[in-house]
Parts: sequence; structure tokens; C-alpha cells
Amino acid sequence: MMTQQIIFIVISFLTLLMAWVVVTNRNLFHAALALMGSFLGVAGLYVLLEAGFLAAAQLLVYIGAISILIIFAIMMTRRLMQTTETPFNSQWALGGVTALVLFAVIVFVILQVWPWQPGAEPFGAAPEVPEAVLQGSVVQLGRALVDVNQYVLPFEVTSVLLLAALIGAIVVAWPERKE
Amino acid sequence: MIPLSWYLIVSAALFCIGLYGVLARRNAVAILMAVELMLNSVNINLIAFWRYRTPDQPIGLAWAIFVLALAAAEAAVGLALIISIYRQRDSVIAEELDTLKY
Repeated sequence: MMTQQIIFIVISFLTLLMAWVVVTNRNLFHAALALMGSFLGVAGLYVLLEAGFLAAAQLLVYIGAISILIIFAIMMTRRLMQTTETPFNSQWALGGVTALVLFAVIVFVILQVWPWQPGAEPFGAAPEVPEAVLQGSVVQLGRALVDVNQYVLPFEVTSVLLLAALIGAIVVAWPERKE
Repeated sequence: MIPLSWYLIVSAALFCIGLYGVLARRNAVAILMAVELMLNSVNINLIAFWRYRTPDQPIGLAWAIFVLALAAAEAAVGLALIISIYRQRDSVIAEELDTLKY
């Protein structure tokens, strides 16, 4: 077993463990901290996939912004966090069965397409590409985002969406005026 | 080397853990956190397929960036809604927010 595979297994195990803590922990604040750990593990997977820009974006946007936003929301609704009652609703068993069945179906399909024999897989290992191609992928991405023939419309729509979400969040969370 | 199927299986597991959280948690903030986990698992898939199938074209990267931006917008609006609801109803338990049912 190669070093890369061991690193992959450790990172993905930690990511899934943290994710499990997020969905099961009674204390929401601990769940939010575990969520940050899980995001960090996903960034590690991006690094293994040689997508360094995405890993940096993950660190900035998810760990830096979204997690902090969630922690703020938890602290603003703090009083209800210290309950001792169960964190699960009455459908937790049904939900668990649904998630397990979906996981089994997805794994079944994946193993149909890529059978579990090293060497037999059509593309077992990541294809070898010159270092320059991977290094240039960020440049390519930047060009594609503003290229008229590629992603300039989704890109501009995303900026409008972010502005709308920003204004919408301010309006929704604005305190009501008492008159 | 790491087979592509490993990434897909980890991403499927992360998605299903998130799905379980969405279906089973009572607290609205916890449901939002589980949704973020599911969006992350989608991004792992996009990047893995980009690296293994089209490393010379930035298709997967571009889509992952869009998912990232949408997740940020979703988190901002969702948390604003939760804070607003908490002010009015003094509760963030999803089961108790049932005004639209009647």
C-alpha cells in the first residue's frame, strides 16, 4: 500500500468521523466545530486531487466564512441549545434506513462501473498529466469564467445572486420596528 | 495510486451522513449544517471526475466554484431566516414551525 493511499484513508476516515459527530452530537457548538474539521478534511482531499486552488477556496469560504456564520447563528439562538432532550425527531430510524439504502445503492452502482480489482479498472489511477497542465488549470479556470463562450453568464448571475442573498439576509434578519 | 471509486465511495458516505442529518435532526441550524456536508460531498465528486477524466479542461473546477458560491448564499439566507424565526417564535425546532401546515 502506498503512502498516498494511507494518507487518503486517514483523511477520509477523519472527514467521515467529523461528519458523523456533526449529525449526532447533542451540543450544537461541538457539532459546528466538528463541521469545521470535516471541511478541513475535504480540503485535504482536494489537495490529494491536486486541486490546490479549490482547497484554498474551501479553507477561505467554508472554514473562514460559512462555519463562522453558523457559529454566530448558534450563539444567537443559544438558550435552546442547552436542552437535555434528544436532538433527533421521531423519524430518525426511517431517515437512517433511507440514508443507508441510498448509500448501498450508490456503492452498488460504483462497483458495477469500476469493479473492485486493481488493474481491471478502466482508469484505476489518476491519469498522468504534465505538471504544467495542472499548474495552468487555475489560469484556464480564470479565463473560462470570463469567456463569452463558456461561463461568463453563470459567473455574472452568481454575482447578482450573491448580492441578492446579501440584501435578502439583511432584510430578513432586520429587527421588527415596534410602533 | 488511488482509484477513482475510492473518492466516489467517500463522497457517497459523506452525502448519506448529511442526508441522515437533514432527515433526523430537530434543530434547524443542525439541518443547515447537514446540508453543507451534502454540498461538500458533491464538490468532492466534481473535483474527482475533473482530475480523472478532463484534467486539461477546467469544467469540474468551474462547477465546484459555482457550488461554493451557492452554498455561501444558501447559508446566509438560511441563517437569517432561522434568526428571524427565532425572534418571532422563540424556537428553532423544525417540528414546531408548522404554521404553513394549517
